[in-house]
Amino acid sequence: MEYVVKPTNRLTRFLDRIPVLGEILHRPLGVLGFTIVLLFVVVTIFAPLIAPYKDTKQDFSAIFQPASQNHLLGTDNLGRDLFSRIVYGSRIEMAAALPSVTIGLSIGLLLGLLAGYLGGWIDNVIVVLLDSIQAFPSLVLALAILAVLGPSLTNVIIVIGFALIPGYARVTRSQVKSVKNNDYIQAEYNLGASTGRIIVMHILPNIIAPLVILVSMDLPVVITFEAGLSFLGLGVRPPSPSWGVILSDGFKYIFNSPWPVMSAAFALILVTLGFTLFGETLRDVLDPRLSGTEGS
Amino acid sequence: MYLYLLKRLGMTIMVILIVMVFLGLLVQIVPGDPVVTLLGPRATPDLIASVRSQMDLDKPIYVQVARFIWNALHGNLGNDFWTGRSISQSIAEVLGHTVILSLTSLGLAVLLGVPLGVFSATHPNSWLDRFLAVVSISFITIPSYVAALLLLLLFSVHFHVFPAIGLGKVGDTGDYLRHLVLPSIALAITWVGYLARLVRTSLLEVLNTNYIRAAKSFGLRERIVFYKWALKNALIPTVTVLGVGLGSMMGGAMFVEVIFARPGMGTLIYNAINDRNYPTVRAGVLVVALLFILANLLADFINSWLDPRIQLTKSQG
Repeated sequence: MEYVVKPTNRLTRFLDRIPVLGEILHRPLGVLGFTIVLLFVVVTIFAPLIAPYKDTKQDFSAIFQPASQNHLLGTDNLGRDLFSRIVYGSRIEMAAALPSVTIGLSIGLLLGLLAGYLGGWIDNVIVVLLDSIQAFPSLVLALAILAVLGPSLTNVIIVIGFALIPGYARVTRSQVKSVKNNDYIQAEYNLGASTGRIIVMHILPNIIAPLVILVSMDLPVVITFEAGLSFLGLGVRPPSPSWGVILSDGFKYIFNSPWPVMSAAFALILVTLGFTLFGETLRDVLDPRLSGTEGS
Repeated sequence: MYLYLLKRLGMTIMVILIVMVFLGLLVQIVPGDPVVTLLGPRATPDLIASVRSQMDLDKPIYVQVARFIWNALHGNLGNDFWTGRSISQSIAEVLGHTVILSLTSLGLAVLLGVPLGVFSATHPNSWLDRFLAVVSISFITIPSYVAALLLLLLFSVHFHVFPAIGLGKVGDTGDYLRHLVLPSIALAITWVGYLARLVRTSLLEVLNTNYIRAAKSFGLRERIVFYKWALKNALIPTVTVLGVGLGSMMGGAMFVEVIFARPGMGTLIYNAINDRNYPTVRAGVLVVALLFILANLLADFINSWLDPRIQLTKSQG
């Protein structure tokens, strides 16, 4: 894809669009996505105020309750309030998603810049490495590493972050490649600008938009990934209220009560849908040329 | 053309080698001593020593890795740590079930997703198209384990329509198929949504090209133009994605297999992880990764055969 570059004002144009939100909120699906994401963020921040019970509070006189006024989503096999567990669990999802995307983004960005900017054999080596990481289905890669490292939130973050690296590296690399041969960058180089200056002042502003889009698309992926690993018992361990743990507890007692599985499934579907709608609208707003080219 | 294929093949072989080296080194990143982790704190030093030599862990790292690769290339994936059985044999027994599950899901996804996409593209911006867009996004975002659990809850626990677990009675094809229904739907859902969107986008793109407009303006029948040229070209990106899809389904099958208690690669790896059966984990992961790589390679070859332009854009990278 030919990347048309307006050198001086790419960053300013991007910043001009910080009322990006305004444009997102012009679209119905954008409004829906933004509302859900906002709700999720509010819930993670104010979890103790929202949850009516402590997430680990057991009540053996009230196990497997269906939804009621006292328990909005019912209770689980230990009589714990499911609504409160879902609310507290959102914090775990956030605590897994943000650091792992940060890891993927920073290492991916670095590798992508190296590969794209330096080219040559370094480029080839990095590309083969990325290919090898992507040669594993990411779930299986995560399993292989967690199988030996052992389950914990930190390990899950490391593994998911690692699996995200190729996506960011590839986007960065291809953007850098398409930008770096432009005349204005040659000119800057001839004027004696340092590599660092060229990268920070001219190349980075060009790759911010695609990276922001990728981050917003990756957050829901990471959340389902974490919950999936925790469901298999390879992620966060019980009694921590990760949505995956709630699902796996609910699965054990699926014949006793549908509420644990249903509430965690509902939370997962709602949040991933919200983030995805938000991300897609963001992509349409930030970079209309990218829409519809995914998946190829 | 042949140069491209050769290059692609060389790249694949390199990737497979790196994957093998990585898996050969995997045991090294076990925190502490892998053998002690495996046997527990009460193992006698003699036992630890014998297991260590049995797993080649007493040899230098490069010998371990080289042996692992050498044996794997000869079809010998080692022996199960607990039962002593040949891992290749255990894998051969269950691999078929995973492949059948993945292929059924893929077929289901194509059967549902492609018509939905074609419908949306031929009725762009109608209310049904917009509705299908939301449905597709929802489908894409539902993880397979959530779909599997909800299906299990609805059809097995609540309505008792489909069996909940297992493969069915041995030798009873009808029963086998009945046990295949829910798992394959659970695994297919994401891809139904994904294919619907992909086909819609690429079909709209093709319908707007000059050659389709030219064909129409020559007065060729709409139907012929549509099926003979437009649809055929629009499905090229789909074929590539199907290769990726087949590969990722083999990975995603793990959740579905564990939830429905189906024997397969997923349950094999899952159980091995829970038993800390490192040799089996390693072998299972290797086989799944190989299948994934081969599916991608196959898709690329089919693709460059369907659309000779691809090699040009690829080599520009």
